[in-house]
Amino acid sequence: MRYVEEFRDPVAARGVLRAITEIVDEIGATREKPVHIMEICGGHTHAIFRYGLDRLTPAGIEFIHGPGCPVCVLPMSRIDECVEIAERAQVIFTTFGDAMRVPGTRKSLMQAKADGADIRMVYSPLDALEIARRNPDREVVFFGLGFETTTPSTALTIQQAAREGTGNFSVFCNHITVPPPIKALLDDPHMVLDGFVGPGHVSMVIGTHPYDFIARDCGKPIVVAGFEPLDLLQSVLMVLEQIRDGRAEVENQYARVVPEHGNAVSLAAIADVYEPRPTFEWRGLGEIDASGLRIRDAYSAFDAEEKFGVGYGAGPRTVAEPEGCACGQVMTGRIKPTGCPQYGTGCTPEMPLGALMVSSEGACAAYYQYGATEAESVEAAD
Amino acid sequence: MCLGIPGQIIEITDADRLMAMADISGVKREVSLACIATADLQALVGEWALIHVGFAMSVIDADEAAKTLEALRGLGEAQETLEAMAEGAAAVGRQTAGLTEGAQ
Repeated sequence: MRYVEEFRDPVAARGVLRAITEIVDEIGATREKPVHIMEICGGHTHAIFRYGLDRLTPAGIEFIHGPGCPVCVLPMSRIDECVEIAERAQVIFTTFGDAMRVPGTRKSLMQAKADGADIRMVYSPLDALEIARRNPDREVVFFGLGFETTTPSTALTIQQAAREGTGNFSVFCNHITVPPPIKALLDDPHMVLDGFVGPGHVSMVIGTHPYDFIARDCGKPIVVAGFEPLDLLQSVLMVLEQIRDGRAEVENQYARVVPEHGNAVSLAAIADVYEPRPTFEWRGLGEIDASGLRIRDAYSAFDAEEKFGVGYGAGPRTVAEPEGCACGQVMTGRIKPTGCPQYGTGCTPEMPLGALMVSSEGACAAYYQYGATEAESVEAAD
Repeated sequence: MCLGIPGQIIEITDADRLMAMADISGVKREVSLACIATADLQALVGEWALIHVGFAMSVIDADEAAKTLEALRGLGEAQETLEAMAEGAAAVGRQTAGLTEGAQ
């Protein structure tokens, strides 16, 4: 238990780990026949590796890392479209820093910036709106990226731009939603999942009811979890208790932050500005029904797809992944990151080939950052 | 990138636009209160909130704020967010007050 001492409350952590071990024994889960628990959120993936929760918990639990890292599920063609918009002469292209190093087929946004495109990293879409106010002779585009935690921020910024009439501001909307890919994974006959740890801050916006289908229709337990390592352990325990009892419910371990019905203002802003696209492409998962959002016609003046004629559906949709890149198989849990031939050689956090190596929330980057260090230290000790 | 970071609301800067100054690990940053606004905006001064990309998303208590901040520091997320805020301020071309104070 080399990591338990890092817990805020090691005594509590040991108690929860004991309870987890007891249930794993009771239900007869083993390394050969483990229970598969998917943590949906990339932040949880990062926390599991950072605190070694995959090693602290018994071998009878296998964590499957879910599609909850927005830059990891971003197809290369979306980055190509960003570059195409950014390279136009009058454009200032603004983005969260996370998207800068994601590879496109031609180049990343980082490379496009080095080649002279005016690309600026911002912290908030409000920064992008301010840049638009200060540069009325330029077209300022914000790359709207991320799940439901982030979607309200761009919706509210578009509403603000509409109120004040900032006509040189637009959003290139590539927002995605959490429940549809979970449904797609559960519908996949190859996927064997026994339960879910649900995202914390996404649920702060949408509440817990969008997950009802997981329990009601698919018969799987899901527990919405916080980000402290103890939160995660408690949530895993709650999932295991449901499995042991033969229950399938939506439970909320993070009720101190996640209200059952979500955040009303955020949900209203999302509904006002966005509508679901019929279908949207996910890297590694393919097309998923109603999993992406587009800007409603009422706000088309702030829609970069309308303004520049670029975007989903305007060009070829799917482009081939780089040769040897197995992000898709890793994403669906078919292989571990170390099973990819490019892992650690052709693909590293410094020079990522695939998206899962770009973000600290990606399974490959997490393996590389924490797994590789572990392997080296073990070798050194031998 | 879907994580919020705790910040303390210290001053209402523009009541009409629901904007306030927040202290995020010693860095001052203007944030929107649209998602947590109540009739009495002033009542939010002194409160802690989870802040995500410039928007206060949920009011939390001081103990939850401390625990969340610790967890985010452990993941390197707190530092990344502070760097992103500095980057954003530079992109807009304004000074970020308090930036030199650094993380607590």
